[in-house]
Amino acid sequence: MNSRLTKFLPWLVVGLLALFPLMESTFYLQLLTKVLIMAIFAMSLDLLVGYTGLVSFGHAAYFGLAGYALALLAPKYETVSLWWSFPASIAICALFALITGMLVLRTRGIYFIMVTLAFAQMLFFVFHDTKLGGGSDGIYIYAKPTMKLGEMELVNLEKLEQFYWLVLFLMAATYMLLHRVLGSSFGRALLGIKVNEHRMRALGFPVFRYQLASFTLSGALAGIAGYLAAVQYGFVNPEILSWHQSGAVLMMVILGGMGTLHGAVIGAFAFVLLQEVLSNQAWFGIAAKHWQLAMGMLIMLVALYLPQGLAGLMQRFGRKPVAEAADD
Amino acid sequence: MDFAFFLIQLLNGLQYGLLLFLVASGLTLVFGIMGIINLAHGSFYMVGAYLAWSLSSMTDSLVAAILLAVPLTVILGMALERLLFRHLYQRDHLYQVLLTYGLILVFEELRSIIWGDDVHGVAVPALLNASIPLTDNLSYPVYRLAISGVCMLLAAGLYFLIQKTRLGMMIRAGASNRDMVQSLGIDIKLIYTLVFALGVALAAFAGMINAPLSSVTPNMGSQVLIICFVVVVIGGIGSVKGAMAASLMIGLAETFGQVLVPEVAGMIVYVLMAIVLVWRPEGLFGKA
Repeated sequence: MNSRLTKFLPWLVVGLLALFPLMESTFYLQLLTKVLIMAIFAMSLDLLVGYTGLVSFGHAAYFGLAGYALALLAPKYETVSLWWSFPASIAICALFALITGMLVLRTRGIYFIMVTLAFAQMLFFVFHDTKLGGGSDGIYIYAKPTMKLGEMELVNLEKLEQFYWLVLFLMAATYMLLHRVLGSSFGRALLGIKVNEHRMRALGFPVFRYQLASFTLSGALAGIAGYLAAVQYGFVNPEILSWHQSGAVLMMVILGGMGTLHGAVIGAFAFVLLQEVLSNQAWFGIAAKHWQLAMGMLIMLVALYLPQGLAGLMQRFGRKPVAEAADD
Repeated sequence: MDFAFFLIQLLNGLQYGLLLFLVASGLTLVFGIMGIINLAHGSFYMVGAYLAWSLSSMTDSLVAAILLAVPLTVILGMALERLLFRHLYQRDHLYQVLLTYGLILVFEELRSIIWGDDVHGVAVPALLNASIPLTDNLSYPVYRLAISGVCMLLAAGLYFLIQKTRLGMMIRAGASNRDMVQSLGIDIKLIYTLVFALGVALAAFAGMINAPLSSVTPNMGSQVLIICFVVVVIGGIGSVKGAMAASLMIGLAETFGQVLVPEVAGMIVYVLMAIVLVWRPEGLFGKA
């Protein structure tokens, strides 16, 4: 692919996606909204796994925490303004990521995976076992947040297509932000840490602080996705921070091809659509009830035979050889 | 809290800790020796419990069910190592996480297809279905004591196997230098298969003997897995001694936590883990 095309392709995709509501299909619009939210979530994890070299298996914690933050910040039957509830939810996620980050970043490798999972599970039990967040039933969010500019309603989140455009906007914004961050000297340093932590330390980089910054940013971005997901579903329950969610988002990152932002987006598309297809009763009948069996086998096949994900697969059939950088 | 009540909680805590040790020791051995993170380890515990339930309802005897089921789980472990885990030793932890996560989904759905999604109970064997009276209205069940005893025997056996036998020597050597051991003419692949199968069998056995105490439920595997992760993190990866110390610590902390501060009992183990991480990130018995 020539560089001009690669530069404009993301914009072209966003432009085409923006036109989707013209199709006037409620079902597919909702599905696509979900895909885009998951794309934000997957990109946030890719920052950690693909660019910082930290495999987190507890990323659902930040996703779910933002949802719970919205549910708990909003008054029960009245609307809450997005202008403050959104930044407040993100800030809570960032703060939680900062605190857990300081602890989990003391470990590496297998330890890191286990400890991130354990902290996510701790949060799961806090919401599952205490009355704070409605226990295992969760909390309903009866009214969607409002976005008003003075007296004027800027975006009406009750309207599916307006919510969709907001999600699309935030997805594009996340992509651009991460693109900028990763292109900066900070992002280059993160990649350096991923490849060889000791070398970077020897070069005088404050490795821990860089990793903590990445971990916190990643948690905050996952919070964006979690907030939007809570708005879309209209309720939160402990399932949204369960480890199945953490596993699913990790799968999206790898399926798409980690270490590439567009890969995370492709992975989110592929995973959500796959889930939708496999659990389609009209197509698979009784087998659809046990769709996780097929999903589990597919995940195992990807782990064994497709380590570079779909992006790697495309490259394999393309002219360019697979980039060596992704191999470490 | 009077003494009899305290004694009961103490015994419960120890019994729970010893049971955790059975599951966690396999996990830590596989981590330490093969360098594999196995998320599906909790599924083996679940498989054990379901095997105990279905076989004991067929044979009317938990002991017979266990005798039948343990060889089955050893075979399961060997097959899984040969077919799947063997391909992951040289791979990044990320792919081990992914593969074993997929394996959990497969186990959960197979369980749902074969055994359904209902909660089941298993009867305590008649011979052990008694209680030792402590005071007028407090008594301690014999079955729990028997479990503790069996767990301690197994722990001692494991220690003997690893520290005192020739096979144990090969296992320890394989953990520190795989290539060297192989070039000395020892079949390291066979040793890996055996260690993995041992871990599977221990976890499944824990599920079997615990089936009469806790009901057999669909999500039992993931619960025990997370706690075992905490055990391994606290004890230090690869350290069987550490797994024992951490298991007892967690068992006691959780049991007494539920009695003394029930509101925050679920959090205690994680707080313990956080403290250990700050104090000794490599775990109590881990190598720095």
